[in-house]
Amino acid sequence: MSEAGNFRRDGMNFGEDHFALFGLPRAFRIDLLLLESRYREIQAQVHPDRFVDAEEADRRRSLQWAAQANEALQTLKQPRLRASYLLQLNGQEIDAERNTAMPADFLLEQMEWREGVQEAREAGNHHELEAFHHRLREHLDKACDTLGVLLDDQRDWPTAADQVRRLMFLEKLLSEIDDALITLEK
Amino acid sequence: MALLQIAEPGQSTPPHQHRLAVGIDLGTTNSLVATVKSGMAVVLSDEFGRPLLPSVVRYDEGGVAAVGYDARARQAEDPKNTIVSVKRFMGRSREDIAHVETLPYRFIDAPGMVRLSTASGIKSPVEISAEILRILRLRAEAALGGPLVGAVITVPAYFDDAQRQATRDAARVAGIEVLRLLNEPTAAALAYGLEHAAEGVYGVYDLGGGTFDISILRLSRGIFEVLATGGDSALGGDDFDQRIFCWILERAQLSPLSSEDARLLLVQAREAKEYLTQHGEARIVARLSTGETVDLRLSMPEMNEITQTLVAKTLQPVKKALRDAGLGIRDIKGVVMVGGATRMPQIQHAVGEFFGQEPLNNLDPDKVVALGAATQANLLAGNRSADSDWLLLDVIPLSLGIETMGGLVERLIPRNSTLPVARAQDFTTFKDGQTAMAIHVVQGERELVGDCRSLGHFELRGIPPMVAGAARIRVTFQVDADGLLSVSAREETSGVSARISVKPSYGLSDDEIAGMLQDSLEHAKDDAFRRALKETQVEAQRLIEAVHSALMGDGELLNPVERARIEAAIARLQAAALGDNRRPLLLAMDELEAESKDFAARRMDKSIRAAFAGKNIDEIVPTGEGAK
Repeated sequence: MSEAGNFRRDGMNFGEDHFALFGLPRAFRIDLLLLESRYREIQAQVHPDRFVDAEEADRRRSLQWAAQANEALQTLKQPRLRASYLLQLNGQEIDAERNTAMPADFLLEQMEWREGVQEAREAGNHHELEAFHHRLREHLDKACDTLGVLLDDQRDWPTAADQVRRLMFLEKLLSEIDDALITLEK
Repeated sequence: MALLQIAEPGQSTPPHQHRLAVGIDLGTTNSLVATVKSGMAVVLSDEFGRPLLPSVVRYDEGGVAAVGYDARARQAEDPKNTIVSVKRFMGRSREDIAHVETLPYRFIDAPGMVRLSTASGIKSPVEISAEILRILRLRAEAALGGPLVGAVITVPAYFDDAQRQATRDAARVAGIEVLRLLNEPTAAALAYGLEHAAEGVYGVYDLGGGTFDISILRLSRGIFEVLATGGDSALGGDDFDQRIFCWILERAQLSPLSSEDARLLLVQAREAKEYLTQHGEARIVARLSTGETVDLRLSMPEMNEITQTLVAKTLQPVKKALRDAGLGIRDIKGVVMVGGATRMPQIQHAVGEFFGQEPLNNLDPDKVVALGAATQANLLAGNRSADSDWLLLDVIPLSLGIETMGGLVERLIPRNSTLPVARAQDFTTFKDGQTAMAIHVVQGERELVGDCRSLGHFELRGIPPMVAGAARIRVTFQVDADGLLSVSAREETSGVSARISVKPSYGLSDDEIAGMLQDSLEHAKDDAFRRALKETQVEAQRLIEAVHSALMGDGELLNPVERARIEAAIARLQAAALGDNRRPLLLAMDELEAESKDFAARRMDKSIRAAFAGKNIDEIVPTGEGAK
């Protein structure tokens, strides 16, 4: 058998983008169960455990492919990363580090959230923090629905990029709430 | 059967060739070796039928004096040269080691990894672990009848890169080809999942002698996927012993102890802990070298009280792992208990209460890791069959990052990323004509470099001279399926590969490894010698037994003088078999065979006559009966 032959199997396109690798349409709304099952099919074939006593070159390639499949899964599984990746494929920069200008109403809302979380943390109010966590989760889900409309229906890349930046704010806040919850549990 | 077996890399084994591979659980307290025989994973026992090998190595002036039970039996007598729980020192510096002041060893603070001064010279934890691995390799080769293709060696999931490297190095020194380093809870999940055809999300709670791991896995047909792992690589059953030890000191109001007495009381503490897993109260009685006596009773409620912070300490990583996996307690279908320390009732209780369900104890917590490792070794060695096809997807336990300005850590690979994983990062030069740069790689979750573990300084050389900021150096960090890091670099604008030299922080250079390998080759001669001696001793025993039973059955064929001569030869052989020298043993065997040659011939005649009696010559089938 030729060495390279092992890596060219139906439905696996390592040279192309993450969507093509899993044979999925290039879109924000994807079938997550299908994504996971395609991922497993691929790993079952390319994982280094399948190449323990293969030639060095094959072993190295297996490592690279398996790492790429992992990277692709992580990117597509998480909504914000998936959206960023789609935007990148469409030539739209997110540019979160430089582009920090956010609409005033969004920033105001963020400040209110933060103040509330801060108070609950200082008061050691576990229950209140849990409530914040759940409200924020719902908020995030809605923001993702909006992203789906912007990306898949309207193909409005600049507005979608703006929405991704909002999502980053919300996720940061969520992880702070979670950290506070963990600290309280100790 | 197909005429042509189409072989693919990694999937090829000719059908009849079973490749010998084992799984090794290199534990803090005990180690085991297991293999797959006729489709079943089994633990290989020693010549006395004992499956465990205590992870204890004793040195004397001549080198390794004993490994295992014999070494453990002498620990109170010679604590400085009897190394227990060496796993706790793997890839660790002196300051990393918990309770270092109470340990009897003469530590030498070498950069990166601590060394121990013994009667046989200065030893690194890698060499000491290699002695344990070597015994297990010999045990396996003797049991399986040939050299091993390789081994899967288990490590705590929470082991960092330095600890994993050290384990790999120890295997190399012991002459073992490592097929894979496998995380202990993953090995246990594999054994459990295969035996019970389990599907769903499971937790593995693994409290060993010196390490604690929690792994959350999703088991589905053919895939064992670790979703998150957490733990504490310096928390285990030993710490419970330590708590009891401190309790004894406090209660008995003892004066400062010699290291012999300290070791004695630690042994007593461990025994009390083990006794309490079955009983409500343990009595601790000891007589110290100072003449002081200890006579205490430790009740279960007291035990719970003095160890409750340790029990609680295991639940923090459990919460973190659940959170990392994005799961709640209700998502967990079952919790598999692994490690001898999970026998403690307070652990069972705490885990049951936390998860709101009875923990699963239906596998032997001492053996399950080795059995899982053996099945994985069998698969990796290429002994694949229709019902042994699965894939393990494991994760990196701790984040990897690099040092940036001001001693801060920039995280490159987050913890719980599925392995293998690769991340590229671009760097540039900040001076005109700069041709080298250094990258400091660290592992851990903290923001400051000083709070994380330093893995190594990678020095890039051979960058083409350019104006500051023009070079684009792409550095790729890759963590393989063993959880080990490698780094490569390339200057993108010119395509020049920068050379990278690695200075591992944990402090075993390739030269040192080479030195240990040299030592072990000399050892290997010893090993071969010991094995030959052992085999000859077994042969001698067989000969003695054969002659004995002949004397019992056909003694009337000999006159008293002949009989006495044979009995004397047996006695001489028995004496020779007790010695360490193979030559006199072989001579004594020859002698006994010579003395019993006539006897054997007469027995042969007798049996032939018996066979002929009343039979036609054609019916007689030649038999193999005869003298050796």
